[in-house]
Amino acid sequence: MARKAKHSAVFWIFLTPVLLAFTLVIFIPFILGVFYSFTDWSSSAANQGGLKYVGFSNYDKSLHDLKFIYSFGVTTVYTVLNMLFVNAVAFGLALLVSTKIKGRNVYRAGFFIPNLIGGLVLGFVWQFIFNAAIPFIGPLIGLGSLADPKNFLLSNNVGATFGLVIVSTWQSAGYIMMIYLAAIQSVPAELHEAAQIDGASPAYRLWAITVPMVAQAFTVTTFLTLINSFKQFDVNVSLTAGGPSVMFQNHAIAGTELLAMNIYNTAFAANSLSQGQARSVVFFLVLVVISIFQVMASKKKEVEL
Amino acid sequence: MTRKRIQWGTWGLEIFTALLFLAVLFPFYIVLISSAKTPFEITQGPLALPSDWSNLWNNIAHIWTDENIRYQSSFIASLLITGFSLVLINLLSAQAAWVLVRTKTRLSGFLFMIFVASMVIPFQIVMLPLVAWFRTLYDVTGIKLLREFAGMYLAYIGFGASLSIFLYHGFIKGIPLELEEAAQIDGCSQFATFYRIIFPILKPIHATVAILNGMWIWNDYLLPLLILSKGGALMTVPLAVSNFAGAYVKQWDLIMTAILMAMVPVIVAFLLAQKYIVKGMVAGSIK
Repeated sequence: MARKAKHSAVFWIFLTPVLLAFTLVIFIPFILGVFYSFTDWSSSAANQGGLKYVGFSNYDKSLHDLKFIYSFGVTTVYTVLNMLFVNAVAFGLALLVSTKIKGRNVYRAGFFIPNLIGGLVLGFVWQFIFNAAIPFIGPLIGLGSLADPKNFLLSNNVGATFGLVIVSTWQSAGYIMMIYLAAIQSVPAELHEAAQIDGASPAYRLWAITVPMVAQAFTVTTFLTLINSFKQFDVNVSLTAGGPSVMFQNHAIAGTELLAMNIYNTAFAANSLSQGQARSVVFFLVLVVISIFQVMASKKKEVEL
Repeated sequence: MTRKRIQWGTWGLEIFTALLFLAVLFPFYIVLISSAKTPFEITQGPLALPSDWSNLWNNIAHIWTDENIRYQSSFIASLLITGFSLVLINLLSAQAAWVLVRTKTRLSGFLFMIFVASMVIPFQIVMLPLVAWFRTLYDVTGIKLLREFAGMYLAYIGFGASLSIFLYHGFIKGIPLELEEAAQIDGCSQFATFYRIIFPILKPIHATVAILNGMWIWNDYLLPLLILSKGGALMTVPLAVSNFAGAYVKQWDLIMTAILMAMVPVIVAFLLAQKYIVKGMVAGSIK
């Protein structure tokens, strides 16, 4: 009797296209990417055919580059602020649209809609709002100073960072709201009824029933917003383009250049592919650490359940 | 008395939510009124209603036909890239996930793990070598992927496969094996079993996969920027918008019209398939 092959022909036929695409666009570039970060790779070196191994010097240079350090700092600030704002707003919205108010389905859809539009396009819309609409409204409501270009939100780095947070919150709160909403709706109504009979106030029920029952959703949304904020690029490009510049340790530096943009600019604007590559490896390692925490956090929850 | 207070509370809540709703949609209102304005009107009163709504059609016609913006070809390219990528991602990931679930070997488990693990990889780490490597591939084999549709399809299959396989995998695990065994006893080949029996059952997860990937691909900026490049012969809508918004120095009336035209297809799609989109996106978040 012929031994049956471990993997059928269908196994390979069905897997090959995906494996091929995966190898070509992720696996090979990933390996190359890590390799390039240890070389003097540049757009011209490839032509000359000589790649030199330079050890950790790209990492060393990056970690001593003020722009990169600053960018890391701004990204951290932006990520933390964004996580807080998006989740607070989203949870509030979810509570609102899970009540029995009229038209709640319309509200749910309306709050979700900004999430459908790409960050690149939204950034331009908000640039117009911050630079043209608000300066125009200002004097009409007795705040003439808003019309002064010095006071535009995007004219200084702190304001512009908040601008990024405002746009991202507006964009993604509706999405996160839907995740909270699904969790809130899965809380058995009997729990609330029983607590109500026992005389628990709505605020107490929120704290003692809703919040613990949606704890799993908090883990999901926290990491989702954390990772998405950390990777932000599109809104950054169109809303602030990394500007305005700021003085950092006596050097003029792009004030809102988030990491993803710093990597891009290092590679293309500064024409240093190998350093851009080293930075992207650092970027990747941070994401790996975040993901490990995420897996640990959700594993822990599973045990409790 | 308590009832009255509750009623007042409900009223307050309703008014508050309604105001919030208007505030959230305000930027869309701005886009709409700005698209119907002349350059003069938009600087004179960014919030005023346009004097003549018919100007909206002039602006749309301008964007659609202007040779420099190339909106028309970009729009068609975006439709083709999104459409074909989705068909390919759905079909190829579904069949891959199926054999991965039904083949219980160490290799199959390992491959699945690789796909799941690769979801952590950010685009930034592969983007520079990807472009360089596509160029090398062209020099060596003559297969042209940069600035081509083929390159975009390939890239989206590669980057979209992991999450899609993961979602299909979870769903297929729940399909009873007896169903396939019965089909095979009836003489179905493995191919027929998959395409006739399994593929149709996957409908709900097809929707989730298509929605998650569709939203990403339609709005994606960085990948087309690298593979097609801004101002190249082949562009997508986000590329065309950013190219235009950068080149025309703040011609806001036309920029807003271009933005409006980029938004409308997505919003229409959402209103048509709202239930599935929300469900799909919530399902996709819990990976």
